[in-house]
Amino acid sequence: MTHTKISMAQALNQALRDAMTADETVVMFGEDVGALGGVFRITDGLTAEFGEQRCFDTPLAEAGIVGMAVGMAMNGLRPVVEMQFDAFGYPAFEQIVSHVAKMRNRTRGRVTLPMVIRIPYGGGIGGVEHHSDSSESYFAHTPGLTVVTPATVADAYALLRKAIEFPDPVVFMEPKKLYWAKEEVDLTESQPGIGKAVVRREGADATLIAYGPAVPVALEAAEVAAAEGRQLTVVDVRSLAPFDDETVCAAVRRTGRAVVVAEASGFASVSSEIVARVTEKCFHSLAAPVRRVTAFDIPFPPPKLEKHQLPSVDRILDAVDDLQWEDS
Amino acid sequence: MWLPSVSCAGGLRERAKRVHHQTQSTSRLIGARSEARTSMSFVEERLLPSAEPVCLIDQYGVPHDHPSYGLPSKEALLDGYTQLIKGRRFNDQASALVRQGRLAVYPSSFGQEACQLAATMVLREGDWLFPTYRDSVSIMSRGVDPIETLTLLRGDWHSGYDPYEHKVAPQATPLATQLPHAVGVAHAARLKGEDTVVMALVGDGGTSEGDFHEALNFAAVFQAPVVFFIQNNEYAISVPLARQSAAPSLAHKGIGYGIPGERADGNDLAGLLAVLGQAVEKGTGRRQRSRRAAGRPRTGRREGPRRRGPAAHRGTHLPGPGAHQRRRRDPVPRGCGGRPVAAARPDRAADDVPRAAGLAGRRREAACRGRRGRGGRAVARRADAGAVGRPRRSVRPPVRRGDAAAARAGRVPPRRTRP
Repeated sequence: MTHTKISMAQALNQALRDAMTADETVVMFGEDVGALGGVFRITDGLTAEFGEQRCFDTPLAEAGIVGMAVGMAMNGLRPVVEMQFDAFGYPAFEQIVSHVAKMRNRTRGRVTLPMVIRIPYGGGIGGVEHHSDSSESYFAHTPGLTVVTPATVADAYALLRKAIEFPDPVVFMEPKKLYWAKEEVDLTESQPGIGKAVVRREGADATLIAYGPAVPVALEAAEVAAAEGRQLTVVDVRSLAPFDDETVCAAVRRTGRAVVVAEASGFASVSSEIVARVTEKCFHSLAAPVRRVTAFDIPFPPPKLEKHQLPSVDRILDAVDDLQWEDS
Repeated sequence: MWLPSVSCAGGLRERAKRVHHQTQSTSRLIGARSEARTSMSFVEERLLPSAEPVCLIDQYGVPHDHPSYGLPSKEALLDGYTQLIKGRRFNDQASALVRQGRLAVYPSSFGQEACQLAATMVLREGDWLFPTYRDSVSIMSRGVDPIETLTLLRGDWHSGYDPYEHKVAPQATPLATQLPHAVGVAHAARLKGEDTVVMALVGDGGTSEGDFHEALNFAAVFQAPVVFFIQNNEYAISVPLARQSAAPSLAHKGIGYGIPGERADGNDLAGLLAVLGQAVEKGTGRRQRSRRAAGRPRTGRREGPRRRGPAAHRGTHLPGPGAHQRRRRDPVPRGCGGRPVAAARPDRAADDVPRAAGLAGRRREAACRGRRGRGGRAVARRADAGAVGRPRRSVRPPVRRGDAAAARAGRVPPRRTRP
């Protein structure tokens, strides 16, 4: 198989193209996703290739977009919708939480909603306010939603394909600062499914647990730590809900120490859930309390300050240094 | 006091024209629409609802000619009034079940039965109904088992029926949120080349929600075959319509989206069948044109929106101002034909309608006994006996082994613990 160097944005675009080719019930719609191809060009060329009935622009109304997708999924299609930016998805919150998440349960499995809500999320691109939120915790907190987020180019392709094939609604969080990250990949290569975490780097001393945009930062921190003589495991969570306790806890038990790294604010977040689960399940394997490196509990700052808000290599290494090494 | 009255229709027309003028100016300003679509003649001929709600049989049972709508066939009216009695009986019975503590809640459509039935009578088998929590009679008239219809309100599960079996979506509790779903089902059907029409129900209060506006806009932009049927019962729990909208009428709201509106007397089954039937047939492309209609009947609900709930919600607009007028407009007595005395006493008139509709005297007597309110259990049993015309299934919870003996002995059975 040939390896080609493509960006995450191109991989996502290819995933949509291949899914629409493989299954004619897949339709893609949202704001500016038609002729323009999306503000991040994720849907570039899809309208030209599949026609305006398969990939189309909608009025600017997110609740309407998600609500219409619910009806289309009820009536035999597989809609993929794009919320243009994380914070612009909030008008659709009621539709997502009250209907998308609950339809299968309300109807005792008679109505399932095979649909994907794509949400570009997170900071790091110099966006002005309302363009850099990490909204994954709202969705991961909601029973009935499957929430995934890729951190690599290959995974972006594989996870989106699996999300579209999934029988239930998937909130697909796309780390927008990684859209332009390029890798040599073979898209036909098999990747683990939804619900599986992946160990991206092995190390015996401590485990960094990260997802989405925090994974490359964690890997960089592990690289620096190795140079300093400390070997770190890096786990890419990938699937926030359902959560892969097995893979994460196995890594923590091997190393005895853990730091959770996430871009979202820490209070009542996915990162706090991970700490709780790891502590509950691995208590006797832990040599130190699980630490977190997250954004601060403040509204996302203006772009000139965002480097202080986002987890950095230094903050991760400081947290690792803090894992009570002198006691062991 | 706000009272719906056709006497102010002339004034409404003037207000409507001012609104249209503004719409026209705005559209021209942004150049969004062709001159043809923004012209006053287009708005007046294609979008504007009639000055007065369409009424084909008035409150005295007297039929009237209408330039745009003909009286439905005798068979359709007979069928409709037969169902009307069943719907009224269902509402009475469900309210009784709430008082007995056997339903958690029952948002009654008492007084709105004509709307409830017309909404489904105009649909074909493959069409969809998107109901709210107040539309149980509509759901039942679509063929859903009454027991399954009440599963949600009894608290057994969030929805008791298979939405695909009768093409009835689960009852939506968050207001107007089901309307975008209706548009989605209709748009998907259109993409698949299916001849499906979707009837989406909403109340007057629901028209204030953002989802109402987004749904209308999406339906118009995508030309989705949806009929938005607004049942205006004048109150949203305790808040009168004047606090929901300053529009000339709720049907006028369609104009801003390019959707034709129409108004119908919500107590006149004949008028509703004609207006909704035309909206479904002509308005959704089954004949020539690809238009939709926002029906806006007036109804006069006489019961509180909830039979159980916070004291502040209970009967706040009952009987209150306008109660007498609402009673006079009741949809049921109109089926008797020209009997004003009966219209003033709908409880008696209702007894006559089954005879007119050819129902068995047995059922009429049962209905009367139920209304005079004997013991609660007896009322429930009569409901089981088919007063609402469905299979005779118990509405009581299944008795667990041992529980019956315990109940006889006056003991409460021990709560089961999980293994």
